[in-house]
This record gives sequence, C-alpha cells and structure tokens, in this order.
Amino acid sequence: MNTRISRRDFLKGAGALAAIGALPISLVELAFADSAENFTFAYISDAHIQHIKGTEFVRNWDRGLIRAVAETNLLTPKPDFIMFGGDLAQLGSKPELDHGAEIMSALSGKVYYVMGEHDYYLDLGQYWEQLFGPQYHSFDHKGVHFVVLNSVLTYDDWTYKRWPTAEQRMLEMAGLDNPNGSPFMVGEKQRQWLQVDLQKVGKDTPIVVFSHSPIQKIYKGWNFWTEDADEVQALLKPFKKVTVIYGHVHQIQYNQIGNISFHAVMATAWPWPYPATYSQVEQHLPKLTVPMNRADPFFERDATGWQFINLATGNVDMRYNLYNNSSRTVAFNPKTGQPEDAMYQPADQRIPPQIHF
Amino acid sequence: MSSRQLKRLIPVVVMAGLTGAPSVQADEFTQEDLKRWEGQFMEVVKQGRDLWTHPLGTNSVSCAQCHPNAANTHPETYPKFQKQLGKVALIGDMINWCIRNPAEGQPLALDDPKMIAIQAYINYERRGVPMAPGKH
Repeated sequence: MNTRISRRDFLKGAGALAAIGALPISLVELAFADSAENFTFAYISDAHIQHIKGTEFVRNWDRGLIRAVAETNLLTPKPDFIMFGGDLAQLGSKPELDHGAEIMSALSGKVYYVMGEHDYYLDLGQYWEQLFGPQYHSFDHKGVHFVVLNSVLTYDDWTYKRWPTAEQRMLEMAGLDNPNGSPFMVGEKQRQWLQVDLQKVGKDTPIVVFSHSPIQKIYKGWNFWTEDADEVQALLKPFKKVTVIYGHVHQIQYNQIGNISFHAVMATAWPWPYPATYSQVEQHLPKLTVPMNRADPFFERDATGWQFINLATGNVDMRYNLYNNSSRTVAFNPKTGQPEDAMYQPADQRIPPQIHF
Repeated sequence: MSSRQLKRLIPVVVMAGLTGAPSVQADEFTQEDLKRWEGQFMEVVKQGRDLWTHPLGTNSVSCAQCHPNAANTHPETYPKFQKQLGKVALIGDMINWCIRNPAEGQPLALDDPKMIAIQAYINYERRGVPMAPGKH
C-alpha cells in the first residue's frame, strides 16, 4: 500500500483537552494524492434531541450533541463544511428542532443537513425545511459532486392514509423495532431528479451521496434498509468513485458493492445493537465490517461520537472519534478496492469487545 | 395395597374432595392446560413489551430506544460478574440500573409485577439462545 501515513494534530488547544482526558488529540491522516487537493469535512449525526416538557430536554442526548459541536469547532485544519446526518429531533416537534438548531448554531462553518425519519414524520419535513432548506439537493465542492437525499420516505398509503393523527404517525415510525413501521425509500420522484442531476456530472468525478438510511439492504426489521436501494445504486453505477455515507444505524458499518463504498456514521445520542444480536431474525451485516466495541452503558457517551472525513483521493477515509473507546480509521484501500479498518481488519487483529452476540 | 398404605391415601382423597380439584394426578396436564399457561405467560410478555416501549422513568426515554427487540440485554448471561458494580449481579439489577440512570427513574422491587413482565419480555426475545451464566 503506497500510503503515506502522517500524524498531525487535528485539534487545537491539545493541552487543555488532554486535561479533560479521553479526547483524541492526534489523528491519522491517510493521504493518497497531492495534498493540495486534500480537504476534510466533519460529520455529526443522530442527535435525537428529545423534548420532555416545557423547557426540559433529555440531558444525555443534549450533552452528546453539545460535545460533538464543541469538538468539531476545535478541528484544525478547519473542515471545509459540516454535515448533519439526520434525526436531529426525536419526535419531529418544533421545540426539538429549534433546540437542536440552537445547539448546532454554535458550529463555525457551513452546515448541510440530511433528513431523518425522526425529523420527518410529524409534519413531513415542513418545519425542518424552513430551518435547513430543501429535503434533497446537490452541490459541488473542490471537484467532488455531493448529493443529499431524503431516503426516509415510504409508501403513500402508510404516510397519508394509515394513521388518524400526525403525532401517531410520528410515534409509529420512531419505534425502531415497531412492526407497524414501514420500509424507507428514496422514491421514484427523487430517483428521477437524481438521474437528471447526475447527467451533468463527468464519470470520473468523485460522487458522495448523503442519506439517512443505508442505500443497501441490511436488516428490514429495524429499517437498516432502503427499499429501492438497488435502483439508486444502479443510477450511481456508471461513475468511477462513489461513496454513500449514511446515519440511522448508530454504529460503525462499511461495505463495498461494485463501485460504491458505504460508510455509516456514529450517533451522538446512543449506540444501537448490531442486528445480529437479535437472535430471532436473519440479517445481513456486510462481511467487511469490523464492528465497533460493545457499548458500556455505564459511560453514557460510550460508543457514540462523530467523525471527520478525508476526501484526498475522491474516496472516503473515515475517522471515527469514539468516546471511551479507541478511535477507528476506516480508509479506502486502493489495492483491494474497498474500505478497510486501519488496525482491526485482519481477523487475527480483532479484540474481544468487537464480538457481538 | 396394604391397609396402612390405604389409610395414608384417605386424607389425600378427602382433601381433593374438599377443594374440588379434578381427580387427576399432579403430574398430568392436558393440551388445554398448556394453552392456558402459555396464554398467561404471553399476556405478561405483552405487558413487558408495553413497559419496554414506554418511559419507565421521568425523562420520557424508553428501554426500546437503546434496546430494540431487547437486543444487547443478554439475559442468558446473568447472573454474571458486572465489572462496573464490582459484584455478581442479576439481570434485575441491570434493569434497575437503566431505570435509574438513562431513564432517570426510581428502581423497581425485584418481585414487582413490572419487573417480572420486563424480564418475561426480554427473555422471550432471547428464546432459544443457550444459557451462558457469567459470559461476557
């Protein structure tokens, strides 16, 4: 691997942070190309800001987002922009979206938002749009074409006809394991838009797609799933370098399907079990994925975090900033043509906490 | 049967007559019994699922938010040495830990019907998995 691994202090004020402890102050950058082309962006996701009553919100989830925002602001070099991967709110309410937006407003730099099901199913994204803009769009940055999708749509019957109130619709979709839920999808209208959007993009241009749900099929029972994943993947197939980055799963996942690399991002709120730990079902976690460590519930930020992403080659190098755990780097390996963990990928390098049962 | 053995049986028969119990042996039960007992159990599982998906504490957080289908609760590994508590703990201790901390509520008595229902639910979601007390 012709990888130049340079260590660099990404966080300013390392001394002050070291005093707090547990914060990563030195991060590994994997550079494959001309460093002048290099750029990074930060990714925060799944804050699940949850309203209790009046001015009270769940303290635990607030702290997760506040910490991610504070640490992202310390990154140096400064990320070119910051993505928020969806589920800012728990039940899509105005107080939750407002409170989340207020915490996010402390970020220095441009922030783009992805729609999550917890943001969407109360008012179908109306208030979210007022705060954060269109539900799907694309933009170009330093030679990379970025696409933001709303991948948490579902069948019209479920959305418009099934539930007596918007509140109930939101609650039914909010339960991850709720059998009354419905599979996520991008939908035909947005797929047509994507097809048109991609027509103007050169086949050598790196493409990065941001979605809330995985644009791949892992486990339908918890909506680690997108119903029309195959159709969306087909639209991305003609391009040389494609990466899909998704939230929703609150855990480390990565995969390679043909030309498309997939990376999940961590939640700032709480980690989710891997589907394999539900013994009553079959699931299809990508074989490539080396799981994150089992979470220790006694440390409320364990197995949560945020990540920053290096796009030096047009492929994604993902640095997971994990609290109470060693940080992880999952980088595209040009030799094998797939994302791999920098430390734990070989079977004999795995550690006991990575075994989930 | 000797008369002595017969004498011993008489009070049993009388007792059965007094309480109106059916005249079958204690180790005999029917398909209807099995169905009824399963129904009783599943009713408590259902109550447990209901508790699981609703807040048990004060901050509106439910168990299912972190543990969909009660995954990652590992009831088959308890009792086990819980390093954070420094002792061998019951699954009930861990349920109470979660009610106190992430859910910011008051712990349940270990024989509280709610505690029994929660355990019925999480064990049911883990049915078929071999017992592994002490496993980490």
